[in-house]
Amino acid sequence: MTIKQDDIEKIAELARIRISDKEIGQVTERITEILHMVDRLQAVDTSNVEPMANPLDAIQRLRPDEVTQGNRRDAFQAIAPAVDNGLYLVPRVIE
Amino acid sequence: MHTKSVAQLMQGLRERQFSSVEVTRAYLHRIAALDSQYNSFITVDEAAALAAAAIADKRLAAGDGAALTGIPIAHKDIFCTDGMRTSCGSRMLDNFIPPYDATVIQRFNAAGAVLLGKTNMDEFAMGSSTESSFYGPTRNPWNTDLVPGGSSGGSAAAVAGRLAPAATGTDTGGSIRQPAAFCGITGLKPTYGRVSRLGMVAFASSLDQAGPMAHSAEDCALLLNTMAGHDPLDSTSSTMATADYCASLGDSLAGLRIGLPREYFSAGLDAATGACIGSALQELEAQGATLVEVSLPHSDLTIPTYYIIAPAEASTNLSRFDGVRYGYRCDNPTDLHDLYTRTRQEGFGDEVKRRILVGTYALSAGYYDAYYKKAQQIRRLIKQDFMDCFEQVDIIAGPTTPGPAFALGAKANDPIAMYLEDVYTLAVNLAGLPGMSIPAGFVDNKPVGLQLIGRHFDETRLLNVAHRFQQATDWHLRTPDSAQGGQQ
Repeated sequence: MTIKQDDIEKIAELARIRISDKEIGQVTERITEILHMVDRLQAVDTSNVEPMANPLDAIQRLRPDEVTQGNRRDAFQAIAPAVDNGLYLVPRVIE
Repeated sequence: MHTKSVAQLMQGLRERQFSSVEVTRAYLHRIAALDSQYNSFITVDEAAALAAAAIADKRLAAGDGAALTGIPIAHKDIFCTDGMRTSCGSRMLDNFIPPYDATVIQRFNAAGAVLLGKTNMDEFAMGSSTESSFYGPTRNPWNTDLVPGGSSGGSAAAVAGRLAPAATGTDTGGSIRQPAAFCGITGLKPTYGRVSRLGMVAFASSLDQAGPMAHSAEDCALLLNTMAGHDPLDSTSSTMATADYCASLGDSLAGLRIGLPREYFSAGLDAATGACIGSALQELEAQGATLVEVSLPHSDLTIPTYYIIAPAEASTNLSRFDGVRYGYRCDNPTDLHDLYTRTRQEGFGDEVKRRILVGTYALSAGYYDAYYKKAQQIRRLIKQDFMDCFEQVDIIAGPTTPGPAFALGAKANDPIAMYLEDVYTLAVNLAGLPGMSIPAGFVDNKPVGLQLIGRHFDETRLLNVAHRFQQATDWHLRTPDSAQGGQQ
């Protein structure tokens, strides 16, 4: 399996991480090394093996649909980069 | 003061031989005098620590002391602390002051412990050397040219340098046990789900687990008594009853069956480290344990399996850092896309970005079955290996790491060489088992760790074996030369 620089650029876009032109070559090289290392798994026969998402095979616990936490909007917004009147501010999306 | 164990400090506080303010002041003084050598702390708030100690003294005077009242404890900077910066070793969270306490912190507060400070770590707990921290590397108290291990390297160095009597760490693939081994201290990663993950910055949610780091198994047991237990706010927290982890420390080892996986004693193990482990196992045999050779046949697949599952989960967890609600935001974003991509470019370090990219790849359309699903299937085979071993033996023992601590910078630019450091510890997280590292000797004045692995929820047995070993040996009581001085 070969990883091309284009593939890394696509993945970086999916992950919303900018990679500078200066770095992209080395990043591609490193990611390729790691993906080669993990490629050994492909040779293992795993037919009839159930995937394991939780080491104790626990299932998601449900709880009653009740309000248990108070509203702490002011405390949470006090640490935000930019807020106004209870809203989180981001650059304009719609002109 | 700084040579006392947590158990001895508790007794001294109860008997009013000294006050919590005196103990806390002594450790704060040592941090101020000695930590420039190690860089083990990111944040220390002396006034807050002394205020907490004064409250603890009032509780003790009123006969109202709880389990750890007045004991100063350092916390890895991954646990959210209400009103105190929680950086996770990252520029992304350099300005993050949580509006709440992690459950682990709440439990220590309720037990009366004093928050001494927040310790250095690999960025987002991704690393085995504490070199990837935004706040600079931590150094090993046994030799400051060496790494302390990671990712809980700040906690390990602080305890080894006697800047804190005990600390907390987290372990996703070895991040408590490997630094404990490198720094000559005792560290316990409990069973997955034993300790709450609420308020612990998430790396890989099916692997992450918090645990204690201290000089002795007895001190780890005292901390685990406070840390362990069900948390209704963590959906993966176990409802299994906890034990009094101190109750069985002294039990005899007669008849104990210890499994030695042949894959952990193979070519990759440094010979001198292997010799230390051999002597340690003889000590356990002398106490009546039986050594049994066992096999973990899928051991050679643990590194590739882990390096799909952990990055996949990390890429999901770290998607929350978007520069909108808290944490770092880039200057002057031109639009929303620029805000996201530049915030994450500037806020994350190289290793974190690498893991997010690998994880995104493994989860992306067309690759999910070949990578993520495949790794989850092999994860089950790895767990089954352990279950088969535990049919024959009570615990498994071997080296924590392939060799002792390495030099700062030696592996910093070679991610795969760094990943190999965790070859003996990763499988324990994949299988969700409890694991410990205890001091078992020295190679060229560098500590060696013996790893003990137990059945699910059998922390009691691990602590018992570790305690009995420590009753017969003094490796865990040695103090590095760099920790001399610092008295008031």
